[in-house]
Order: sequence, then structure tokens, then C-alpha cells
Amino acid sequence: MSDTLTVNLTVNGEKVSRAIEPRRNLVDFLREDLQLTGSHVGCEHGVCGACTLRVNGEIVRGCLMLAVQAEGAVVETIEGVSDSGEIADLQEAFHERNALQCGFCTPGMLLAAADLLNANPGAGRDQIREHISGNYCRCTGYQAIVDAIEAVGRKRSGQSS
Amino acid sequence: MKAAPFDFVRATALSDVFAAFERHGDDARIVAGGQSLMPMMNMRLAAPRVLVDINHIAELNGVSETDGTLRIGALTRHQELGVNALVAEHAPLLTMASTHIAHPAIRNRGTFGGSLSHADPAAELPACAIASDAVINAVSSSRGERSIKAVDFFLGTFHTALEPDEILVSVDIPIIGAAERVAFDELARRQGDYALVGLAAKGTIEGKTFKDLRLVFFSVADRPILATETIATLEGKDYSPDTVTVAEAALEVDLQDIDSDLHTSAATKTHLARVLVGRVLAELAGEGRQ
Ligand SMILES: Cc1cc2nc3c(=O)[nH]c(=O)nc-3n(C[C@H](O)[C@H](O)[C@H](O)COP(=O)(O)OP(=O)(O)OC[C@H]3O[C@@H](n4cnc5c(N)ncnc54)[C@H](O)[C@@H]3O)c2cc1C
Ligand code: FES
Ligand code: FES
Repeated sequence: MSDTLTVNLTVNGEKVSRAIEPRRNLVDFLREDLQLTGSHVGCEHGVCGACTLRVNGEIVRGCLMLAVQAEGAVVETIEGVSDSGEIADLQEAFHERNALQCGFCTPGMLLAAADLLNANPGAGRDQIREHISGNYCRCTGYQAIVDAIEAVGRKRSGQSS
Repeated sequence: MKAAPFDFVRATALSDVFAAFERHGDDARIVAGGQSLMPMMNMRLAAPRVLVDINHIAELNGVSETDGTLRIGALTRHQELGVNALVAEHAPLLTMASTHIAHPAIRNRGTFGGSLSHADPAAELPACAIASDAVINAVSSSRGERSIKAVDFFLGTFHTALEPDEILVSVDIPIIGAAERVAFDELARRQGDYALVGLAAKGTIEGKTFKDLRLVFFSVADRPILATETIATLEGKDYSPDTVTVAEAALEVDLQDIDSDLHTSAATKTHLARVLVGRVLAELAGEGRQ
């Protein structure tokens, strides 16, 4: 085993300091060491988007970033944005529109959707599809997901849905 | 799977990278965005003993313009290429190409320098670098800085002119001239997927007349292909449906040795390349899409 490194970061508003093995990727660190199991692990090579996290305000692949690379970073997970209420409207819309079935893709999907709507609440269906193109859903067929994101975007930008 | 164990070096200056290369030789590997290297490590296709993180080397950041040249730092993220005002003004081909690369979460990390160093034959930016006459600047501790023309840089699949102890630091791109235009298009199965075939183009257009075209195809061979025969055929010709037909014929020569890959036969790729050349010539000529 290679030597551990001490890493200091902020996770969902709380300061965390841990000794971490360099090979530990960020999503495994959150899940295994901090028991934040809301972020999922699917392919582990950047394709599925189940591990989507927010680092310093930007969405990233949690499986393609090492925990030791998060030194000084502000990390937000699905638990954080759920507790803060930031995505309550998206979660409600996903529920109402049946935009999840097994739920495996949902945490990543919600973070990708929030990322888009924060920048551009008026995004059209094509832009929504583009923005979630890196997040696989094997259940819903995406239609309901696009519907849900579009509905929230409309509400947030003050248009009727 | 998970990556094999390795030691981690957080470089904050080029000298840290050189020290790691000196100490560990080929066992040391640079990580920039990690969007190609980490998947390979997780799949155990790569297992560097020492990973040298260059993300905190300040001098590798930034985009600037001096004396007709745009300098783009190696750490410039794909996302930044897409929104940077200097890039949009002086190297709009990169702006166009950036949104075709992968997906937002990957574009937030992946870097220009990483894409060129990685030299995936299906990648957009190497083709754009050749189409733009870019010059790639690399530094090593023993030989100092040197500049390599993009057209000489890509030697094969995942193979470039970089030496093992060199780091790509920046890319210089001659800024686009008043009479020059660029166009970019690719065909992919889904948004963000690697292209089945893609085409990056630049040229001078006077009225409808093509001059000094650079047509670079990617995802057709082990490196981007500058379509010299097609370019020669088009020199001085006016845009018209007939010109497109002539270009399509010349393309057969440029692409005669192209490879089939896992998903697409060479015949299909050649067909798709013909479709792209029609679209891109129309766009260069200001005719919109055919
Ligand atoms: C799901 C998925 C889809 C993708 N789709 C596309 C796509 O459609 N088009 C596309 O072009 N790319 C795509 N990519 C790859 C992405 O663009 C990468 O960002 C890029 O290929 C590599 O850049 P990086 O900064 O992440 O490099 P890294 O992964 O960090 O490094 C890649 C290689 O380059 C070397 N390296 C990196 N920087 C330097 C440097 N400055 N000097 C010397 N060597 C260096 C590393 O040692 C390594 O060998 C995709 C990736 C994923 C995971
Ligand atoms: S687990 Fe990270 S993208 Fe699939
Ligand atoms: S709800 Fe099952 S994968 Fe999306």
C-alpha cells in the first residue's frame, strides 16, 4: 500500500480532514469513509454519470477524481443539496412525473439538472438532453426526466408549465 | 475496478514535475484533467507507480493574445475553451469543437493539453490544432523548451512527438484573419460520444472562392488526416454543387488507407466523410447547411 496523505476539504458545509490512500477516488471516499452513499458508483470509468458530484461549484465525475485532488475543495453531494432544500423542486417534479424507477441514476441526474437550471432555467428540451447526455438511465427512457427538468425550469423562470 | 496503488505528487511548479521524472523515470505519469488517464487506471490499462498532479502549476493556466498569436495554457479546460472570449474571437474553431467533447461534467475537468498529449484518434482538439496551424510548446529539464508544429505532433494512436520527460505547457495558435473562416462538424451516435467521423476546417474565402484550405478529418485513422489531395483540388475553386462533387472524388484518394474500427467500416466512414465535406464547404462558403 502506498502512503496515505492528509487531505482537508469541505463536504456539504462541514470541514473534514482525513488520511487518504492516493488511489481512493473521490466518490469512494465519500461513500466508504464518510458514509455518504447517496452518490452512486456504476461504471468507474466516466461513462455513466452515477457518481456525479459538485466540486467548487462545478459538476464532475466522482470516479475520475482522486480524493487527494480535493485538497482545499468544497464538495457537495446529493445529501448536501437535498438537506439545503436547493433542489427540493426538482426532487418533487421527478417524483410527480415518474422520472425515476430504480433510482440508481437519480442523484447524478438531479445534480446535472441542477447544474443546468442554475445557469439557464429557461433551457429548452434539446439543451436539457445535451446537459444530461453524460448521465445514463436504464429505466425511464429519459422522456419523464426531460419533462420534469423542463417543468422546474419553467417554474423557476416564472413561465407557466 | 479500482486503480492499482501509486504514490501521489502534487506539483506546484514545473521543477516538481522534472524532479519526479528524474527520480522515477518512466514510472512517473502526469495527470491533468484525469478524464482519459483515470478511466485507464481504473480499468488497470495503466498503472503508473507515481502520479504527478499538474493542476496546481499556475503557469499552465490562462489564455492570452500577443502579436497575432493566441497562447492557450495546457490546463485550459474544455469548458473554458467553449466560453472564453479571446478564444471565440481569435480561434473560433476551438469554441465550436468544445461542445462536441464528451459531457459537461467531463468538460469541467478535461484539459486542452491533456487532450493533445493523449492523442486519441477520435478526439476533436488534435484535428483542430492541425487545422489551425497550431504550434505546441513543450519543456523538459535537460533540453529546455521546444516548439512542435501540430501537423508533426501526432504520430499514432496515443502516440505523440512528446518525449517521456517532457511536459506540454501551452499551445500557440495564429489568430484568425479577416478573410478566414472556420467550420466544424462531426457525426456521432449520441451527443458527447466520440465521433464516427469528424472534420475541422479553416480557409480563406474570397467571394465564393476557396484558398489555402485546411481540412482535417478525425476518427478515420490512427491520427488526424490533413486531406491534402482534396485541399489541392479545391484551391482557387468557387463553391458550387459541382465543386462539392469534385471534392468528394478527391477525398477517396485522401482516405484510401483509412481503417475500419470496432463499430464502423472504412466504407461507412468514407461515406460519412463525404457527407461532412459537403456540409463543411457549404458552411465555409456561407451557404448554410446543405
Ligand atoms: C465518457 C467520456 C467521454 C469522452 N468523450 C470525448 C470526446 O468525445 N472527445 C474527446 O476529445 N475526448 C473525450 N473524452 C476525453 C477527454 O476529452 C479528456 O479530457 C482528454 O482526452 C484528456 O485530457 P485530460 O486533461 O483529462 O488528461 P489526463 O487524463 O489527465 O491525461 C491524459 C494523458 O495525457 C498526459 N498528459 C496530460 N497533460 C499533459 C501535459 N500537459 N503534458 C504532457 N502530458 C500530459 C497524461 O500523462 C496522460 O497520458 C471523454 C472522456 C470520457 C471519460
Ligand atoms: S461511476 Fe463514474 S461515471 Fe460511471
Ligand atoms: S431510474 Fe433506474 S437507472 Fe434511472
